[in-house]
Amino acid sequence: MISSDSEEELYTERTALMSANSSAMPSYQERDGTPGSANVQSNWRRLAASQPANPAERSSGTESGPASRDAGGEGEEEEEEELILKYGAKHVIMLFVPVTLCMAVVVVTIKSVSFYTQKDGQLIYTPFTEDTDSVGQRILNSILNTLIMISVIVVMTIILVLLYKYRCYKFIHGWLILSSLLLLFLFTYIYLGEVFKTYNVAMDYPTLILIIWNFGAVGMVCIHWKGPLQLQQAYLIMISALMALVFIKYLPEWSAWVILGTISIYDLIAVLCPKGPLRMLVETAQERNEPIFPALIYSSTMVWLVTMTKRSVDPGEPLNYTCNADNYRDLEIEANHHVAEGLDNVADLPPTQIQGVRQSAAGVEELEEEKGVKLGLGDFIFYSVLVGKAAAGASGDWNTTLACFIAILIGLCLTLLLLAVFKKALPALPISITFGLVFYFSTDNLVRPFMDTLAFHQFYI
Amino acid sequence: MSAAVFFGCTFIAFGPAFGLLLFTVAGDPLRVIILVAGSFFWLVSLLFSSLLWFVAVQLGNKANAGVQHGLLMMGAGASVLLQEAFRFAYYKLLKKADQGLAAMSEDGRSPISIGQMAYVSGLAFGVASGAFSVINVLSDSLGPGVVGIHGDSPYFFLTSAFLTMAVVLLHTSWGVVFFDACEKRRWLSLMMVIVTHLLTSGLTFLNPRYEWSLPLIYGLTIATGGWAFLTAGGSVRNVWRCVTCSRLTPTFWSIQLCSHQLRIDGQSQHSQPLGSDLLAFSPLPPPPPPPHTHTHTHTHTGHWCPAPRRTRGEHKDSDCNYLLHVSDWVFVVKQTAEGPR
Repeated sequence: MISSDSEEELYTERTALMSANSSAMPSYQERDGTPGSANVQSNWRRLAASQPANPAERSSGTESGPASRDAGGEGEEEEEEELILKYGAKHVIMLFVPVTLCMAVVVVTIKSVSFYTQKDGQLIYTPFTEDTDSVGQRILNSILNTLIMISVIVVMTIILVLLYKYRCYKFIHGWLILSSLLLLFLFTYIYLGEVFKTYNVAMDYPTLILIIWNFGAVGMVCIHWKGPLQLQQAYLIMISALMALVFIKYLPEWSAWVILGTISIYDLIAVLCPKGPLRMLVETAQERNEPIFPALIYSSTMVWLVTMTKRSVDPGEPLNYTCNADNYRDLEIEANHHVAEGLDNVADLPPTQIQGVRQSAAGVEELEEEKGVKLGLGDFIFYSVLVGKAAAGASGDWNTTLACFIAILIGLCLTLLLLAVFKKALPALPISITFGLVFYFSTDNLVRPFMDTLAFHQFYI
Repeated sequence: MSAAVFFGCTFIAFGPAFGLLLFTVAGDPLRVIILVAGSFFWLVSLLFSSLLWFVAVQLGNKANAGVQHGLLMMGAGASVLLQEAFRFAYYKLLKKADQGLAAMSEDGRSPISIGQMAYVSGLAFGVASGAFSVINVLSDSLGPGVVGIHGDSPYFFLTSAFLTMAVVLLHTSWGVVFFDACEKRRWLSLMMVIVTHLLTSGLTFLNPRYEWSLPLIYGLTIATGGWAFLTAGGSVRNVWRCVTCSRLTPTFWSIQLCSHQLRIDGQSQHSQPLGSDLLAFSPLPPPPPPPHTHTHTHTHTGHWCPAPRRTRGEHKDSDCNYLLHVSDWVFVVKQTAEGPR
């Protein structure tokens, strides 16, 4: 069947939730021309996180989470925590939306395209069949499948970490590009083919080639080089959904559940243990001030900076500049709405002077660095696998799907809360997958009969 | 049964909820989180009540239909009580979170009020309850079939949709009233919420005698909605003002120290803006003073100035702010809707 080692590493390194790196960030006050003003502004709503003094350092900021640091002024701790929470809520939503979209795509596909619920064999990573006579044998087979799958993942992760440590970047990039090619071209082709079959759409090969070529080429450019942030996010969601659909199709029933449980335990170990491969990957990347590979991480927002203008009324300096630290991602800056936000407290000045003064005022007041939270693509994939399996399950019950969906979102929320507290890379799988599994099995076995009986009699609770 | 029935019933059931979500919840991240967490709490309550029912069914006589019916009613009643218990638990959690948010914020105020949290949590419970009740029915309505071919009511889908809409609105109202009752320790209101919830659930047991259940439930919905409206501080006057689109009369004036105005070469230049602490609040709504009117003296020390004395160089911008120039200082006098807390 479809077998490629490239598809393995796609989800090995993606199972981490990246967060702030507070060590490399110089303080806000360093960039401030007049330190005294920091105290004066301590009462103002400071949206600022600290700003690195140079673009090279800012690359480490790309991995920063919602934590913010600011220096100077009393009440720093409260401000910092309030800013954490303020940004925390926004960042939670910034992750809710793509996770929901990915799950929605997977669920809609599962429910409509029957190809992904048909049994067409298994991957070579799960060689043991589940069509056995006894329950015990089936359990044993699924455990063996899980062991093989997890060991493949562990080996792949370790190989990747070693390659990264010994700076074999070309190899890694080639590997990633190969896997992206596979996803964007081959899997998309199969997906489109099945969708067309389901809806009986007449399609000819030239048109299909044109569509697939454009889709795939733009995807490669967006993911591996530069592109609009939202387009890149959309592509990452799509490839996660495609990968999840492949898993849903080719993983046998019980093996899938055991794999989900085991991989969340592995994620916990890999990210938190000092010698865990994912943790080493993250730390090495942070040491070298490099971003983790593109195509492995979903970033929720662009990182941009507002320059500090001088105190005097001099609108000469531009209010923002294009950040260029991400050598793989060219992010356009759109600062206007953020600047506008910061101007609430600025006095209404004489109109003639508004432009310049606003700029200086904004520069003084607002040193804003919009930081995002990063979520590994493996997390997207496994969340979607869980919800997709719930949707594809034998009962095909929507209550189960909804329950798993809510459980995963709550798990993500809790993980982000922990992220705001601990400020380091955390595994995003364990809490969500645990909640998801608990709610899947309990909803499927307990809630479903109850709600079905109630709905049958049209009783409402 | 087809797409028409599916879309019609979906929009009936979730139209109001969708509108409420879109206009009041979707814009604010904190409210979205409260919504999702509220759904989670409702889900957990449903889990426990299903467990209870499941155990009871396993222990009971599976063959006897009457016993099963009784157990179902018992399960529904227990579910209602558990839902209200979890609503109380959610109230406690939100109170704690509110205190945390207030403690962490700059000015000691939480970014969201307990009333708003009550509304969002009620909506969360409603959406979760409605979704879990009706979504399987809706997905069945998409497929082929004839409703009521064995003698049941042909209006099954339509009435399910209407009942779901009522449940969503009811939960929203119950949320508001419940939280308010917990805040003000009005245990009678709390009891009334639980009783009306049990009553609503009990009325659905009259189905399929829709001529009894539907009007009564809708009457209950409207009554509870009115009760929640009054609890949240609404009144006929508010409604009238909203309907006639009259401008909100500002009731407070706030004075902020804006900047230190420097005079350089005859042209005023502003130095950096200073802290914009609110210095004074007016409890009275003064009418906007006509220009060049010196009515009262004012002080600099943060006392209430009924009408700002404006020297030359007053500026009025579109936002109904006034600039008050006093020697070298510039004050911004704003009309605000909220006073000091």
